[in-house]
Amino acid sequence: MAYLQQYGVYIAIVLLLMYNAAFTSNFISVDNFRTQFIQMVPVLIVALGMALVIGTQGIDLSGGAVMALAAAVIPLYIGYGLIPAAAMAIFAGCLIGVANGAMIAFIGVQPIVATLALMVAGRGIALVVANEQLKSVTNPTILSLGRNSIVGVPYSVLVAVILVAVVALLVNRTTFGKQLVAVGGSRRAAELAGLPVKRILMTTYILAAALAAVAGIVATARLGASVPSTLGNLIELSAITAVVIGGTPLTGGKVKVVGTVAGALLLQLIAATLIKNNVPDAYSQITQAVIILIAVYIQRGKLAVR
Amino acid sequence: MSVIVPEAGLPTTKRFDRETLALGAQKYGATVVLALLVVIGTIAFPTFASVSNVSNIATQSSFLVIVAAGMTFVILTGGIDLSVGSVFALGGVLAAYGSTFGSVEALLLPLVACGVIGMIQGFLVAYVGMAPFIVTLAGLLGVRGIVFASTNAGSNTPIVSDLSFKAIGQETLFGVRWPVIIAIVVIIVGTVLLTRSRGGQSILAVGGSESAAALMGVAVARIKFSVYVVSGLCAGLAGALNAAYSSSGVPTVGAGLELSAIAAVVIGGTLLTGGRGNLISTVVGVLLLSVIQNLINQVGSLSSSVQSVVSGLFLAIVVIVQTILSRTQRL
Repeated sequence: MAYLQQYGVYIAIVLLLMYNAAFTSNFISVDNFRTQFIQMVPVLIVALGMALVIGTQGIDLSGGAVMALAAAVIPLYIGYGLIPAAAMAIFAGCLIGVANGAMIAFIGVQPIVATLALMVAGRGIALVVANEQLKSVTNPTILSLGRNSIVGVPYSVLVAVILVAVVALLVNRTTFGKQLVAVGGSRRAAELAGLPVKRILMTTYILAAALAAVAGIVATARLGASVPSTLGNLIELSAITAVVIGGTPLTGGKVKVVGTVAGALLLQLIAATLIKNNVPDAYSQITQAVIILIAVYIQRGKLAVR
Repeated sequence: MSVIVPEAGLPTTKRFDRETLALGAQKYGATVVLALLVVIGTIAFPTFASVSNVSNIATQSSFLVIVAAGMTFVILTGGIDLSVGSVFALGGVLAAYGSTFGSVEALLLPLVACGVIGMIQGFLVAYVGMAPFIVTLAGLLGVRGIVFASTNAGSNTPIVSDLSFKAIGQETLFGVRWPVIIAIVVIIVGTVLLTRSRGGQSILAVGGSESAAALMGVAVARIKFSVYVVSGLCAGLAGALNAAYSSSGVPTVGAGLELSAIAAVVIGGTLLTGGRGNLISTVVGVLLLSVIQNLINQVGSLSSSVQSVVSGLFLAIVVIVQTILSRTQRL
């Protein structure tokens, strides 16, 4: 059981790959893997931020709304180039992070309600910013971010790899990472130990929003259009799923970055396996639900053992 | 359920005044805001207080009231139910299927199925000990998957064929639509259960402190199990009524309904931490959301995106005020 708890996600991934190698035609190919990686990038990036938030014993439902806001902001500034537009999109996303963080850290509102409020308001703001319109993005630089590759690796995947590395370093190698996990383990103990708990929480929610904004930029680049009405809708649920099946407990105090990547990959593989075998999308949702329950059931055992 | 009794003979202190104020604001704040909005709406828009508009608001609110009533029970135990939007859709689709057999089947089929879903979720939360958030998140995904799987990926919209079942959604009694009457009955029955029955008191006790309730001899697991069944039944009932009202079981209906229900419960003043709150506050919370939406529609020039901005900000303001007030009470 302990073995399953530790390596369950990886075992599931290997089993799925073996199944597909044997039964699904054209699954094990460079092209297919490239497509799968590109498709999982937005969920993965949102999940990275979600892992940090869940590590503090919080939750962030506003990730999809932040993606939409980032998408809505891009067309306004894309005339100045990709970098200024991306910077403004991330800045706008961070403002939602600031609002989340302020309510949660300084006022003490429960994360689920605070981020629910910004999930609703955030998408509304995104639609107001975009004047409720879908705009196609024609700037060649941003389109190449979504479509081109460097030595066979798509730029969007490269962005995700870099962010994974940065977040992994942040969690495992920096003081802030240790402090974040300490706050999640026990907020009271962290306070008594003299940690700047409020500032840590604030930073975490801003980081999560910044990551979601990057996900929004990458997704917009891939679509070649800014679609604030639907972009990232309910992506937070997939992100939470990826984080949880990756082994980060919802009770906080632990952040598993590599596990989160594996969780996102597993979700992507399940969806791809079912689609490639002509199983309707509805069943992939049901499968996802069952997998969440199994993953959490196994984790529950871990809590009991400890 | 805390009652503040000033010590006899002592002049009331300033702290006591602040506490009463805080308690009062928490209890009646939403009602006061609702009353203000109604007054403003009546003065500003001649059509606002018209019979047809009021009846519209009532009918629109009735489905959410039923869903949010179930949600209140869950939240009172300190849990959460994210699956209600999907269960609502399942209730509607099953009601439409059931109506091909008759009106009794149209009502029973969704109630039984949604009750069973509530039982599964309740079992996982109460007896297996899994986090409500995750169990019902899986419910949200899984039940929507079932709805889509049973309607050819949402492309089939089963039509309500039974006339007497349709009447439950569309006919009126003394000028009041049946869903509104049923919602009122649900609230009355729920309130009586919550305040006058042993089970209701146990729900509050479990939400207040699970370990204390267990020590008092409350069957904590059974209580937690039952609130998810209640929530499943309420969501299924609301979905079935909505199907009768709209003459069809639309597979995509109810997306995001869980968020509106949670928002209504919280705005009404029920604490998400459980143990304190009631169903009447939830009704006030639902009405507040509906009236805001209706007022924005009355203005006409404002788009639906502005509506979600207002609803979101309103929710934020309410929870901020509530959190600050409950902090005052702890002093």
